[in-house]
Amino acid sequence: MERRAAAEGLSSATLPEARRPAAPRGLSDRSFRTILGVLAAALPLMEAVVLVELLQGSLPALRTFGWHFLVGRTWDPVAEVFGALPFIIGTLLTSAVALVLAVPIAIGTAILLVEYATGWVREGLGFLVELLAAIPSIVYGLWGMVVVAPLMRAHVDPFIEASPLGWLPIFGRPLLGLSLLTAGVVLAIMILPIVASVAREALLMVPSEQREAGLALGLTRWETTRRVLLPYARAGVFSAIILGLGRAMGETMAVTMLVGNTPAVTLDLFQPGYSMSAVIANEFSEATTTLHVSSLFGVGLLLFLLSLVVNSMARMLLRGLSHAGTR
Amino acid sequence: MKHVLPLTLLFAACGEPTPPGQMSEKPPAPATTAESTKSGGKALNGAGASFPYPLLSKWSAVYHDDKGVQINYQSIGSGGGQKAILDKTVAFAGSDAPLPQDKWDLAQADGGIVHVPETLGAVVPVVHLPGVESLRLTGPVLAGIYRGTVTKWNDPAIAGLNPGIALPDHDIVVAHRSDGSGTTYVFTGYLAKVDPEWASAVGRDTSVNWPVGVGGKGNEGVSGVVSGNEDAIGYVELAYAALNHLQMVQLQNHDGNWVSPTMEGVSAAAAAAPDLPAGPASWTAVDITDEPGAQTWPIASFTYLLFYQDMGKAQGKRLSREDAEATLRFAWWAVHDGQQYGPALQYPALPAAVVTLDEQTLKGITWNGEPLLKD
Repeated sequence: MERRAAAEGLSSATLPEARRPAAPRGLSDRSFRTILGVLAAALPLMEAVVLVELLQGSLPALRTFGWHFLVGRTWDPVAEVFGALPFIIGTLLTSAVALVLAVPIAIGTAILLVEYATGWVREGLGFLVELLAAIPSIVYGLWGMVVVAPLMRAHVDPFIEASPLGWLPIFGRPLLGLSLLTAGVVLAIMILPIVASVAREALLMVPSEQREAGLALGLTRWETTRRVLLPYARAGVFSAIILGLGRAMGETMAVTMLVGNTPAVTLDLFQPGYSMSAVIANEFSEATTTLHVSSLFGVGLLLFLLSLVVNSMARMLLRGLSHAGTR
Repeated sequence: MKHVLPLTLLFAACGEPTPPGQMSEKPPAPATTAESTKSGGKALNGAGASFPYPLLSKWSAVYHDDKGVQINYQSIGSGGGQKAILDKTVAFAGSDAPLPQDKWDLAQADGGIVHVPETLGAVVPVVHLPGVESLRLTGPVLAGIYRGTVTKWNDPAIAGLNPGIALPDHDIVVAHRSDGSGTTYVFTGYLAKVDPEWASAVGRDTSVNWPVGVGGKGNEGVSGVVSGNEDAIGYVELAYAALNHLQMVQLQNHDGNWVSPTMEGVSAAAAAAPDLPAGPASWTAVDITDEPGAQTWPIASFTYLLFYQDMGKAQGKRLSREDAEATLRFAWWAVHDGQQYGPALQYPALPAAVVTLDEQTLKGITWNGEPLLKD
């Protein structure tokens, strides 16, 4: 790395300036930089516009309900009482289930792909993982509704209830198969490819010297992976998880088809719930009163802020991790 | 009401010669009337409810072939349609629910908006009860199921209506629409009419705070829950239930007769509606559920086209007089000649009394005070 940079510096310094047409080159450099600057500025600008729009749209609801919009448990379009708590809880619970299920599988897959698999296994498995990412979410939703939900109702939910896990307060009485748990399970499959492929990239970035050093010290392959590779790549693996979380929180179509769409405040994963993006998708097109529309904007604003908070927290954690990692 | 039809039907709706995607590439058909020459094959824009979309597509194709006038209707939902006409971005809007009072009041500043019922819709409770041939329910019992007071299929309230039928001792799995929809508006309107408890505790809207049950997205979501779970009950549009052969419930209508849902029964509900508002009056309170009549199916509704009462004053800057007139001629055609295309697509025909009412309303629409339709 350093050597290459030095070589580049050397070449630009030693090449006779006079041989190259200096002015156009400077000009094109400058205009290129300007163009890049404009393009880069468009992104934060767009985010600002979205935030302003969301704020503006949700103002009537925020004025009417104030703090209660955040903690209210009732969502009643007829009485025009709107509280977003059930949706916030639903989004957080389904995303949490998805992460708990997907992360071990995804990271395991990434390790297998980078460290263990060779030849066609590596190629084929890598292709299959990427194929998962190419399936549209509506297809996941349909599959979830037709295959996963009945399976959960008939087999998985009763099994969990009967097992020691059933004593956990997050599992009550199995009901319908359309539940927070089912939505979380399908979400897990949906975020698996992105977590796996980003984690794989992170592991591939680990210099082979590190690997060789580990093996040379007499560590087994597994010990090398656990003690050398994963700590080295943890920043990248962590961002893979955050990307997956972002996708899980924003996913709409598959969730709404599986979650049962019931705005209840519950921690029982067998119960139907609701998510923030799902309620917007469901009710926006037919919401007729100003307050109803505004409250849906409000949910959008909360989702925006929630993603922001989760992402910045992750970023802070990541910074801490990478400092530790480089030392 | 989100209307989802099998593909074959959608293609039928589009008309064989011109699927809508190709229409813009085809040169406009030769103008056959003075009016269409004026509008010069120009496109007229409307937007709104998705429930009547298949019918409007059919109308659009037939009308284009016949009169050379292109009607573009975007199915964006009733709420979107109401917003679009209030924002004056469309020549007409479609809506399953009449304008709510606050929006109707808002429109008065621009001379008011009129409602023109263009077709009818019906909602049907469907169940998944293997071994039960036909189930009978009354409105109040249906409301009890959806309020969570009737929780078992062999509850005396249900068993009493179905003597001789073995009903399971199972919990009822209740399904409802999760997306805001005209279907829910009509269904909850019916429950509110027949059950005072429902009216006070839940009410009527495109989405409500359901006391029990799970939400499925769209007709397909509800029917997915119902067909995937024994002991389930849900509600869907008549067309969807009929085309997918769902197990429909018989209801007791206002006259006390047990009726199965038919298109004739829905038309009868519209014909039985007393005192529909005329001209620019508010339709907010209109509700044709639980109407009298021997054959009447009790969960029925209109779906409306919306126009400004004075298109000149309200939309003059955005819509030419010729286009306004062409829009009204299309509406006139839709409530007359257009009705014959309804039944094949499971849209019941408007009864004569409603067509007469539509005629009066359309004739009353003006351009700066002057009637647009003179004949």
